Amino acid sequence: MNIQVILFSVFAIGAVASAIATISSRNPVASAMSLVAHFFMLAGLYLTLEAQFVAAVQVLVYAGAIMVLVVFVILLLNLGKEQQLAERGSVIRLTLGSFTAGLFALVIILALVASPTGLNHLAMNAVDIGTTEAIGQSLFTQYLFPFESVSLLLLAALIGAVILAKRSMKEGA
Amino acid sequence: MMTSIPLDYYLILSAFLFVTGIIGVITRRNAIIIFMSIELMLNAVNLSMVAFSAFFGDIAGQMFVFFIMAVAAAEAAVGLAIVLALFRRKKSVYVDEVNIMKW
Amino acid sequence: MNFDILGSLPLIVIWLALGVVGIIIQAFVRSDSTRLVYGYYIGTLVTTGLLAAATISNQGTAFGGMVTLGGWAAVFDLLFCGAGVMAMLAAQAYLGRFNSELDEFYTMLVSSVAGMMLMAHARNLVVLFVGIELMSISFYIMAGFFRSRDKSLESAMKYFLLGAFATGFLVYGMALLYGATGTLDYSVMLKVIAAGTARFPVLLALGAVLLTIGLSFKIAAFPFHQWAPDVYEGAPTVVTAFMSTAGKAAAFSAFLAVFGVIMPMVKVASMTPTLQLVLAVISAATMLIGNITAVAQTNVKRMLAYSSVAHAGYMLMGIVAGTTFGQSAVVYYAFAYTFMQLGAFIIVGLLEREDETSLMISDYSGLYRKHGVFAAMMAVFMFSLAGIPPFAGFFGKYMLFYAAIESGFTWLTIVAVASSVISVWFYLGLIVKMYFSEPNPETHEANAGLAGISLAVCTVAVILLGIMPRIITGMLGN
Repeated sequence: MNIQVILFSVFAIGAVASAIATISSRNPVASAMSLVAHFFMLAGLYLTLEAQFVAAVQVLVYAGAIMVLVVFVILLLNLGKEQQLAERGSVIRLTLGSFTAGLFALVIILALVASPTGLNHLAMNAVDIGTTEAIGQSLFTQYLFPFESVSLLLLAALIGAVILAKRSMKEGA
Repeated sequence: MMTSIPLDYYLILSAFLFVTGIIGVITRRNAIIIFMSIELMLNAVNLSMVAFSAFFGDIAGQMFVFFIMAVAAAEAAVGLAIVLALFRRKKSVYVDEVNIMKW
Repeated sequence: MNFDILGSLPLIVIWLALGVVGIIIQAFVRSDSTRLVYGYYIGTLVTTGLLAAATISNQGTAFGGMVTLGGWAAVFDLLFCGAGVMAMLAAQAYLGRFNSELDEFYTMLVSSVAGMMLMAHARNLVVLFVGIELMSISFYIMAGFFRSRDKSLESAMKYFLLGAFATGFLVYGMALLYGATGTLDYSVMLKVIAAGTARFPVLLALGAVLLTIGLSFKIAAFPFHQWAPDVYEGAPTVVTAFMSTAGKAAAFSAFLAVFGVIMPMVKVASMTPTLQLVLAVISAATMLIGNITAVAQTNVKRMLAYSSVAHAGYMLMGIVAGTTFGQSAVVYYAFAYTFMQLGAFIIVGLLEREDETSLMISDYSGLYRKHGVFAAMMAVFMFSLAGIPPFAGFFGKYMLFYAAIESGFTWLTIVAVASSVISVWFYLGLIVKMYFSEPNPETHEANAGLAGISLAVCTVAVILLGIMPRIITGMLGN
């Protein structure tokens, strides 16, 4: 058996399992930890796609920054286990919702099975475009404008987070 | 060495993960877990993007992934701040308990 | 690389003003500098708007094909900046009354305007995505700005969760479009789609559907409209005024550009339930649901929220038509709608009490006795929203209906006329309440202050646009 197939299977099964664990766990911390595992699995999948830099950033940004924030908030709020997983709406609504979502997945998957993309091999230059060098070059030339715009986005988020989470209104604002 | 996994496998995996995220959003009541489910959806998209990018040999898809990550980080900051502010007043993060207006 | 410095000025100016100068001012000036920051940001918006107006004829692309310059994008800039200034004028007194006037509110407002401008200027899905998120994140924060109020926070939470959920669909759609066409650039994508050489037609169709879902959420179209009334009701009234008008116009500017790109696939790929038909059904359902539900409302803010849902339905007609005329009809209606809805919400904000009462329709009874001017202005806005001549709303609807009939969607126009008739019921109901009911003894004193300028502008614009519609349609000189 090909090593690539083994790697893909391991990461894919791991990703699916950890995703299901994330949405089904009663304990929010366990959920968050499953999500961290999920991010690592995805990083592995990115490596099978020769996207080294994305894989590294995936671990740094998602697992290292976003999830730290999430876990921090969970601990800060001291959330216990949920007694009932789902109480929102009626049972009918939930089944209907999940059913629609499942149908949605079925449509996409069937569409792909019915008309396969026929691409079975990575592009010849896949190794080159995944490197830090190629990505940096692209980011600071062609994608300079959206890159600079994202800085506004992060600034807005920063100010907003402070404003919303600050304890009281007129206090040295 | 080129992988022999076809693009379709990545896309189907991505679609499956995306729907897992949707189901999480629909069924869970803890706002933080709903948020994490949304992260699952965004990551499924990232997987598709990187797969397309690698199979096409085109860097645009990987660039998009960075922007999605930046946006996810910004959303995390704002979203958790909102959860925090709401928790202070309502002592709950369950979306069915904080509602005055109907969902 | 050709770089049009003049044409890109509006984008550059707002970026610098927000990301560099604004930060420095807030960091180094004394903490009670609200007035300064306020004036500074109004100046920013005015400058950006003027620059946009000056560069309308300066069409082209910049930043490596990432953004388009001039043309409709600049016309939309004008709308966003104008609405931003009017919202800011109204916001000062409103926030002051609620004791939560902070510099950061104005920063958020201007950053949402920057996001809208990115959406209108985008010629690449990356820029569109960043723009949508910049606008949305600013809106989430503004919706939750009254942190001591449950409703405001709850509205922010709901808006955030559903907005982020919709973002998931939006980016998935973008990813599939990228997969189908191998590009993120609108013009290349258009070429691929129009030539029918998309690699994977199935992915193209799925991507288009998902993108439509994501954008439908942003304009609050059926069946993704449920968030709108709750969010609009709970958010501070000036924020509602701004996000239900400029925010919607921005989403439509994106809709126009994106559908200009993916519409050709209707003709190329032989898809029987075409995208156009699906959009037409969404449009019809949106206006019916919005108007019918609005009839049952007792809260003015909620009524206007549902009416805003209905108006998104009307505007979709122009996109369904897919013609150049339909496009200018959408732009015209975006202007008309912004003025009338913004004006109406500003009046609601003025009459609102500090304890969030005085928002019921019954509170407006006999309003003309105490606030004759407000009542008259409100009446103008209501007439215009109902589509009664000679106000702007009438002409906008006329254009949209005409565009739909022209492209063979007569049934859609019939639905639109029917739902307009329904809407007359509640719009005129409010007017009747204001003029023909016993005055409500509890109507409080309201002082317009700076908001008066916004109201005057809105009223004049609603009348002027109705009489001289060519002000907008002639902006591009055709």
